Amino acid sequence: MNFKTTIGLEVHIELKTNSKIFSPSPAEFGDDANANTNVIDWGYPGVLPQTNKGVIEAGMKAAIALHAEVTRENHFDRKNYFYPDNPKAYQITQSVTPIGKDGWIEIDVDGKKKKVGIAEMHVEEDAGKNTHNPNGYSYVDLNRQGTPLIEIVSKPDIESPDEAYAYLEALRQRIQFTGISDVKMEEGSMRVDVNISIRPIGSDKFGTKAELKNLNSFNFVRKGLAFEEKRQQKILLSGGQVRPETRRFDEASGETILMRVKEGADDYRYFPEPDVPVVTIDDNWLNSVQEAMPEMPGKRRERYVNELKLSDYDAMVLTQTKEMSDFFEEAIAEGADPKLTANYLMGDVNAYLNDQKVDLQDTKITPTNLATMVKMISDDTISSKIAKKVFKAITDGEEPSAWVKAKGLIQLSDPDKLNPIIKSIVDDNSQSVEDFKNGKDRAVGFLIGQIMKQTKGQANPKVVNQLLMKELKVR
Amino acid sequence: MNYFDTSLEELHQKLVSKEMTVTELVKDTLDQIESDQKELNAYVTVDRDGALAQAKAIDEKGINADNLWAGIPVAVKDNIVTKDLKTTAASKMLENFTPIYDANVVEKLKANDVVIIGKTNMDEFAMGGSTETSFFGATKNPWDHTKVPGGSSGGSATTVSAGEVLASLGSDTGGSIRQPASFTGIVGVKPTYGRVSRYGLIAFGSSLDQIGPLTRSVRDNAALLNIIAGKDDRDMTSSDQPVDNFAAKIGQDLTGMKVALPKEYLGEGIDADVKKSVLDAAEIFKKLGATVDEVSLPHSKYGVAAYYIIGSSEASSNLQRFDGIRYGYRAEDVKSLEDVYVKTRSEGFGDEVKRRIMLGTYSLSAGFFDAYFKKAAQVRTLLINDFKEIFKEHDFIIGPTAPTPAFKLGAETADPTTMYMNDILTIPLNLAGLPAMSLPAGFSDGMPIGLQIIAKPFDEETMYQAGSAFEDATDFHKEVPGQGGQN
Amino acid sequence: MSENKQISASDVEHVAGLAKLKFNDQDLNKFTDQFGDILDLVNTLNEVDTDGVEPTFSVTDQINTMREDVAVNAHQKEELLKNAPDTENGFIRVPAIIDESEEG
Ligand SMILES: [Mg+2]
Ligand SMILES: [Zn+2]
Repeated sequence: MNFKTTIGLEVHIELKTNSKIFSPSPAEFGDDANANTNVIDWGYPGVLPQTNKGVIEAGMKAAIALHAEVTRENHFDRKNYFYPDNPKAYQITQSVTPIGKDGWIEIDVDGKKKKVGIAEMHVEEDAGKNTHNPNGYSYVDLNRQGTPLIEIVSKPDIESPDEAYAYLEALRQRIQFTGISDVKMEEGSMRVDVNISIRPIGSDKFGTKAELKNLNSFNFVRKGLAFEEKRQQKILLSGGQVRPETRRFDEASGETILMRVKEGADDYRYFPEPDVPVVTIDDNWLNSVQEAMPEMPGKRRERYVNELKLSDYDAMVLTQTKEMSDFFEEAIAEGADPKLTANYLMGDVNAYLNDQKVDLQDTKITPTNLATMVKMISDDTISSKIAKKVFKAITDGEEPSAWVKAKGLIQLSDPDKLNPIIKSIVDDNSQSVEDFKNGKDRAVGFLIGQIMKQTKGQANPKVVNQLLMKELKVR
Repeated sequence: MNYFDTSLEELHQKLVSKEMTVTELVKDTLDQIESDQKELNAYVTVDRDGALAQAKAIDEKGINADNLWAGIPVAVKDNIVTKDLKTTAASKMLENFTPIYDANVVEKLKANDVVIIGKTNMDEFAMGGSTETSFFGATKNPWDHTKVPGGSSGGSATTVSAGEVLASLGSDTGGSIRQPASFTGIVGVKPTYGRVSRYGLIAFGSSLDQIGPLTRSVRDNAALLNIIAGKDDRDMTSSDQPVDNFAAKIGQDLTGMKVALPKEYLGEGIDADVKKSVLDAAEIFKKLGATVDEVSLPHSKYGVAAYYIIGSSEASSNLQRFDGIRYGYRAEDVKSLEDVYVKTRSEGFGDEVKRRIMLGTYSLSAGFFDAYFKKAAQVRTLLINDFKEIFKEHDFIIGPTAPTPAFKLGAETADPTTMYMNDILTIPLNLAGLPAMSLPAGFSDGMPIGLQIIAKPFDEETMYQAGSAFEDATDFHKEVPGQGGQN
Repeated sequence: MSENKQISASDVEHVAGLAKLKFNDQDLNKFTDQFGDILDLVNTLNEVDTDGVEPTFSVTDQINTMREDVAVNAHQKEELLKNAPDTENGFIRVPAIIDESEEG
């Protein structure tokens, strides 16, 4: 029996706003417990929500970036449940009118392109954080309570763990380009819930879903799904039935472990939030947000290939993250050669980032400094060999042209300066001249080596070669 | 002292001319309240220290001669939060709760040098129509101490009716200002939904709740509403409609105005004396130059049912925050988180609150939303349309406030559904968000009867104009309860 | 057990569970009866034809009331914690949460 897999993803993305979605408290949750909270965040008796316009606009941007229809009349709803990190015992969310619906993104798995549908995305408030302690108590910090989220729900189009991985990559990339979130799983600004079911090929009824928790990286998502796919296949092949379970991914073993079997659906008693007036989005507002939208990665790739004459591969690598792409654009805006800049970013810069395990914005490398270096290479001020040293200096925060001058590393290309050196080297090596005349090309290499040694590597090899040949011919 | 024989203007003049200091006035007021408190139980908290401190500060800076309310003591219902002053909503759940912020209306009172004298008793979380569901015991009707003052703003009504203060603030979700005003013979106004910020009002039914003033006279009422009304950024449902002088039309002739009298408001279940008072009132309006037409509110009889679903559903969600975790009561001997929730809530809430939470939870639960909550919201639309229809042709609507005068303490608490029918005439205005007033319009066996005047959205001016004209043409408001409630 | 046709005691118990309330047997029966009466009252709505009628969930005259995205720290942490029944080190303390389910 062969099976067809159906995977659903619910992705929560923390929006990078200044203040919370319904309260003016700072939307930061790294600080001391409860430091960024007020009476609204604590659900004090008598408090009311105040909608943050910035969150609505971020939601619009997400919808546009994911090719979704922007909902013009936005209502909010209450989702009721008791939990210590949920102070009002309801979450203000959008259940009936999500801010975006019917979107899609394109994924690429081993060169095969596919559109994955997005059912809807809605803005909502995040909960606080409970810390569980083995001493018999849990501890509640409400700093995160009320920070804005957008929840993005996929359509049941994803059919393999690899597609799920590609979907998450594509989603992260597009959201990152909008600038509305850092979309970092390791920092909690992107959180992924997945469900997976399988059914025999030919059956048109979806199988029973299992939900997976504790998936802290895209890789774990892929591994957890792959494990779960096999587990469910084994059950069906042995004549068993998959139960509606919530399972936890165990990072150490790569297996999923039963948390609990779901008994019936949760009853959240959704109803329209009476404290939040309708938000209507008219054409003017939508257009102004649309115009302010940053260029999406696909558009950028097109431009890199068509206008900057980069290869498809280079364009793809450069637009992997918005940081890298923005960095590249700033560097070429300073006049650096696009191809050479691209090579450095994909080569030395990426190697450095991987080696140091840091993000580009956390280094001392700046677009201006990289551009200055690339321009010095282009105009032969430095050699590509010297450039290795210059790059190292840039990572230490040095300004390259000043540093090169100070270190005396400017490339020697001036014949007036080079010719006397060449003449004296040739004078001192008559045997090599003899060898050259007898057709032994090796002698040239030896002489160039001597010249480079003499100039501490600063001589321009191309120029040296030309001048040397000329000199040898007249001997 | 009592406030029976003195008007706001007179007091204001005395304070401006320094014939009397604010401190003296506040002391006298406190003394009267404290001497009545044991019998009437109108207050949960009398704030002697806070009121005297406020009085002293006002005395030091002087009375603003342009502000009628400067230095005047006013009582505030105990579901309106006051910074550093205990606010209980008359519930065990908040028995020892001290808010750390002021409600918008409290900020406005303070900014206008209105002295906050204390926090008045009420039905627990404003759920009830008799002030008997209070965790702190029932409040008595000053006209007859064996009777209820109505509710839920029973303490706010009693303290004004008993002459302890000139004015108080209440809240009205289904009639909770107007019905007690009617039962105690004073003026109570529920403004248009959105007129007054709800920020700091402990929520019951968010789409229905409004704060409003209870006073001895229509003029005082308009003046106090002017202080508390207006857009507040912290309540997004508060209206940005301009707040003009609500008393602007007071004194203007009613000639040519068209008054509507819904026949459903004089139907079955309405006490004969109440009916007579309303018909008499219609005659008075005619004498004042208006015409009175019988109209119909065909969906009004479904108001109670729609209200109980909508109000209870909203309440069930609003009251979930009382969970023993962040503030208020937490049950003792809790071993698990579930204990914290269930024991705290089962011990902290009284029966009436539990009934509403249960009905609301049920109405919203899986499979019932469409049949209950949505259905009620659709009926609400039909009721709103009924009013729109009437207001096409008419300037204001009159009718009784409550089907009967005040009833005996303990008479109706046993049967919740009978109690719910008491609000049949007031509820439609909360559902429609319309401004409505109750004012004295007669007596039945010595107990006051209230007339309800209903105006178009944000047309409080016409409501006050009509109310004031009626008040000037009648003497009902001049009656005061006798000593010891022996009317 | 109650004789009311509208609702049984076990229905009432289920609703109580959602609302985090618990009734003893005596109260449960009393509540079930009262609850049935209340449902009789609210079920009168079924007499009204509401086909095609838009529901009214709010009567506010406001739309698009929004706040600009400006952060203000209220610095209320200490005051807030003072009202909490149980705290430790700036956290609110509750008996251990056993269920790991998180919402979002
Ligand atoms: Mg979800
Ligand atoms: Zn969510």
